[in-house]
Amino acid sequence: MTLACEDVSLVVSGRTLCHGLAFAVRPGEVWGVLGANGSGKTTLLNVLAGLAVPARGRVTLAATPLRALVAQARARAIGLLPQQEHLEFWGTVLDYVQLGRFPHASAWPGRHGGDEAAALGALRQMGLADFAPRRYTTLSGGERQRVRMAQLLAQAPDYLLLDEPLQHLDLRHQQHLLARVAELARGPHRARGVVIVLHDVLWPARVCTHALLLDGVGGARAGLARDVLTQDNLQDLFGCALLPVAAQPAAGFVPAI
Amino acid sequence: MSGVTGGYRDGPLMRAAPILALAAAVAAASLFTALLFGSVSLTPAQVVRAVMLPEAGIERDIVWQLRAPRALAAFACGGLLALAGVLLQALLRNALADSYILGVSGGASLGALAAITIGAEVALVSAAALSGALGAIGIVFGVTFRGGQWNIYRLLLSGVVLSAGFSALTSLILVLAPGAQVKGMLFWLMGDLTHAEHPLASCALLLALTLGAVLLAARLDILGLGDAKARTLGVDVARLQRLIFLGAAVATVAAVMLGGAIGFVGLMMPHAVRLCGVVRHRLLLPVAVLAGGSFLTLADTCARTLWAPQQLPVGIFTALIGVPCMLLLLARRA
Repeated sequence: MTLACEDVSLVVSGRTLCHGLAFAVRPGEVWGVLGANGSGKTTLLNVLAGLAVPARGRVTLAATPLRALVAQARARAIGLLPQQEHLEFWGTVLDYVQLGRFPHASAWPGRHGGDEAAALGALRQMGLADFAPRRYTTLSGGERQRVRMAQLLAQAPDYLLLDEPLQHLDLRHQQHLLARVAELARGPHRARGVVIVLHDVLWPARVCTHALLLDGVGGARAGLARDVLTQDNLQDLFGCALLPVAAQPAAGFVPAI
Repeated sequence: MSGVTGGYRDGPLMRAAPILALAAAVAAASLFTALLFGSVSLTPAQVVRAVMLPEAGIERDIVWQLRAPRALAAFACGGLLALAGVLLQALLRNALADSYILGVSGGASLGALAAITIGAEVALVSAAALSGALGAIGIVFGVTFRGGQWNIYRLLLSGVVLSAGFSALTSLILVLAPGAQVKGMLFWLMGDLTHAEHPLASCALLLALTLGAVLLAARLDILGLGDAKARTLGVDVARLQRLIFLGAAVATVAAVMLGGAIGFVGLMMPHAVRLCGVVRHRLLLPVAVLAGGSFLTLADTCARTLWAPQQLPVGIFTALIGVPCMLLLLARRA
């Protein structure tokens, strides 16, 4: 089962951000999406999630166009961590995370027995077990980001689309979140596909198996992380000089100042 | 478990059954209170006898013919307003939303006042109010719903704009109307249950709408996360929004037909229940409906007894009782 972009063009207010994009995400793969501001990363994620229709081409899940899927079935297969969320949520953290279980609800009332256990499990995975009874409104920005991630884990989709998941997180929790993501992708019980928008040029080489670079004017580079995430490619992409940081197992980069 | 965090108490996870039972008990008590008071004061024992026994005579007539229909009408009206308030606050993601923000009561008021101006009968005034309310809903829906896309902010704004227009026309009628008619108009504008009809049908409608809304409760919770997140969780947002709008509109029209433009209940009851710690719609909906019904039943009992034999507009009492209660709740949290 793959999540595939077939000949996708993204057009936002008359600007073609990418043209004829084709790539496929398979379970076990972690795709890092990099590009300058406004290069279409979020638009691409929305298209992959089925929230928006591309100007051309289509997205398929196991060869079925997303549009042909029932909404709840799609939600069990594909989950999105949006970049922003405008909301005032009055309930507890556990209430919030439990909402992620909706796609698994059996009938109309919209919940079933395993919801609370699944939500608590997701909170534990994000190191938030003690947060369950807290009110969502009392959380800090970074805590909210982790709780939002926990909601996505409770949703337990086959494909996770993460739009800048590291925002508001301190270094330790950046590492923790990315380690969870890598673990999720590999298994152990069930491999999942991950597409992750990152602004950082140190993490991608350590976490991503594949990378997609969007230049924002129609072009894109997709492939194995070690082939795509080169000094030349990233310097081109961001238009600034980079210095490699020697590290195992792969190199990262820092801006040269 | 931490006791206080950022000024908010971390309440225990709310259990549904005891809260629902409490709300139902309050509702029963409010209805019973409404049966006790009137131009003739009955003792609780007399009321119980009149309700239970077939041969109780005059008390039975007072309770069954006069007070019970009025109490049920007040309860249904309050419940419908609270239901519409919860639904619209979820739909518009706006804490200030209530039935009247969509211009429904403005349209109804304009229709009713226009009918009163030409000296129409009660039935015709009701019909005019109904057409005004439906007209307002039609305009708001038509302006904001285009090609399957619905902009919630546009919905909110067009409702507010329309209300302003209705309010201007209503004022115009009030200024030009002969003095004798103005009093009747003011009763209509402040809300008054004297002419409420079909209390049982209204209660049945309230029950049906509440059950329907509770079935959508999980979706209403998810809608609070924003359109995009709701859609990725598998909720058909556009259809849900239309359902909520329809349900809220029906509830509002029914409430307006019962009691005119009664304020405060639809806006404040959902908040009062939330401030007590009930936030998920599965529980918020039924508790807010019961609380709204109880509240309006008690307010109406005050309205028809405190100045007897003169009846006062119930809208005065919803505000007079509600404002201090809400301020107390708000102060407790701050």
